[in-house]
Amino acid sequence: MIEFETPSRRALLTAIGKAGGTLALYQAMTALGHAAPTQFSGPPKLAGAKPGASVIILGSGLAGMAAAYEMSKAGYKVTILEYQDRPGGRNYSVRGGDVIKETSGTVQHVRFAPGNYLNPGPWRIPYHHQALLHYCQEFGVALEPFVQINHAGYIHSADAYGGKPQRFAEVSTDFKGHVAELLAKAVNKNALDDTITKEDKDKLLEAMRGWGVLDKNMAYTSNLRTSAQRGFDRPPGGGVNGAPTPSEVAGLTDVLDPRVWQTLGLYLNTTMQTTMFQPVGGIDMIGKAFAKKLAGKIRLNSKVTKIAQDDASVTVDYEDVVTGKKAQAKADFCVCTIPLPILSQIEVQVSNAKQAAINSLPYQSSCKIGLEMKRRFWEQDEQIYGGHSFTTQSISQLSYPSTGFFKPGPAVVLGAYAGGAAAYQFAGMTPEERIETALNQGSVFHKQYREEFSNGVAVAWSRLPWITACASSWTDDLRKTHYQDLVSVDGRVVLAGEHCSYIGAWMEAALLSSIDAISRLHQRAVAA
Amino acid sequence: MRQAGRWHGRLAIAAGVLSLCGAGAPTLAQSLGDTSSVGPSTARSTTGEQTYRDICQACHMAHAEGGVGAGRVPALAGDPHLSDPDFVLARVLHGQGGMPAFADMLSAEQIAGVTNYVRTHFGNAYTGTITAGDVRRRSTDAASD
Repeated sequence: MIEFETPSRRALLTAIGKAGGTLALYQAMTALGHAAPTQFSGPPKLAGAKPGASVIILGSGLAGMAAAYEMSKAGYKVTILEYQDRPGGRNYSVRGGDVIKETSGTVQHVRFAPGNYLNPGPWRIPYHHQALLHYCQEFGVALEPFVQINHAGYIHSADAYGGKPQRFAEVSTDFKGHVAELLAKAVNKNALDDTITKEDKDKLLEAMRGWGVLDKNMAYTSNLRTSAQRGFDRPPGGGVNGAPTPSEVAGLTDVLDPRVWQTLGLYLNTTMQTTMFQPVGGIDMIGKAFAKKLAGKIRLNSKVTKIAQDDASVTVDYEDVVTGKKAQAKADFCVCTIPLPILSQIEVQVSNAKQAAINSLPYQSSCKIGLEMKRRFWEQDEQIYGGHSFTTQSISQLSYPSTGFFKPGPAVVLGAYAGGAAAYQFAGMTPEERIETALNQGSVFHKQYREEFSNGVAVAWSRLPWITACASSWTDDLRKTHYQDLVSVDGRVVLAGEHCSYIGAWMEAALLSSIDAISRLHQRAVAA
Repeated sequence: MRQAGRWHGRLAIAAGVLSLCGAGAPTLAQSLGDTSSVGPSTARSTTGEQTYRDICQACHMAHAEGGVGAGRVPALAGDPHLSDPDFVLARVLHGQGGMPAFADMLSAEQIAGVTNYVRTHFGNAYTGTITAGDVRRRSTDAASD
């Protein structure tokens, strides 16, 4: 269906571009949903709050803290209740000395060297997540580049290249070369004559020759030109032995392994495109910056047990998880950011439709493993500076630190980033088994792995008692039935968080959802 | 006629690509968020017990005792809900709360196997065996609802 729409939309944009110039074209593209990957249009404008109006916010993740920060600025009296003993929610980093408790009672003690960390949840920021970047700038959170695509990283498939990892530059060049050669063959056999004009045929052949680095016979072969993209056996040098020798291109069958095109395709998603950023020192620098602005407004260790509302106010029952003391908090309005696996077990006084939405949305899990290595062998021995290696094994990928390049001493690699079924496979293991599995599988990339390993930590989201899952898992059908009910203002209560967005598990989702929720709640408050 | 055939061909290819990808694949990375870029999304277990160890104990724990934190992870041990096989199948196929939909992560055989396993272990002794055919019927019914 999209195929039918495309020409008319393109024709329209071309016409607009011709008539009104670039700015008009950009505005039109934005209106049509192109070229604006975030909906952020500045912080919310909440003018005219009634004096003394109060809001209770449940959860101190980014959604809750953004709501508290903006509503507080607008003149509301805000209080946050937080279940954990720290603010931040999923905006979370672990460092040496930290303790990770699992629902099973299992405890991990993080033993990383000072300065090293693992971001168990969010860890990278797309350049177009402008709401998040806005707050980072407002709070002075220092950002540095997150190395995303790295042509020196590896791709490993158990079913291709004899199970031997290949550099990204090698497989990406080979994939492109073989596809170009095949397309050129099809064109030259006149197989596409009913589809393209003679003129386009010539242009396409020229493009395939250049883009695919084909030889004069339109074949993808081993030579110095293809090696200039995929790498040489002996790279160009100086002096007597300066002449390079080419590398051998791989055959078509290996190149067609799904892991190859899936990895090439990954970087095409707008959320995966460069430039990406990370906060210097750990992702939780963002949550900490928010929390600093909300000093005295966050009550930690508070487990919400009931949310009730009437015509005049919202009443939240909660329990101090340290002292066991029960208490009640009253406010005019409530912003609830509690993740749904937890909220669905709390008595909430909302419409049946909203309750059904809260009950119906399932969550997915994830597992990240941080492995501290004694030295940066990936940099020192293999010239890999940041970025990722991908595998068909359950660890899914290995990511190298985007910071501290060339430093001597220990550094932490992400030794597993497991989703889908693999997230549960890791969660069911003991932390020691998880790390052992990650070491086993990661050794396929780096023979130094075992010898250089110092210590590790494995965070399985489904075992974290404060959330029991990782992130919401919408389907088109669920959205049709429940999304609007989930995000609607219900009396004096509104929900916010990544689960109330079309973005999914990104920090931008928490912020955009929160800004939208408090803007609507504010309208309701002013109108009341 | 010729035109229509070509569009259908492209749609068929697009559908094929999607079905290959599974839950952790890059085409879905945007809709699911940044919870894992790529990677295997299906389990390889063959018996119900293996599937339980491989997948279910991640949350329900080794002895199906569940757990308590901010919320409760349901115990499956001695759980009267399990007397209804349709209840179990609905949960496994579509998920709820902290539980994901396993329809794309487990095969019909794996779902039947693990459903039978939990209904007859951990202090549960419910009768009635679920077959892979039952699972397929149940997921098709839900899809056409």
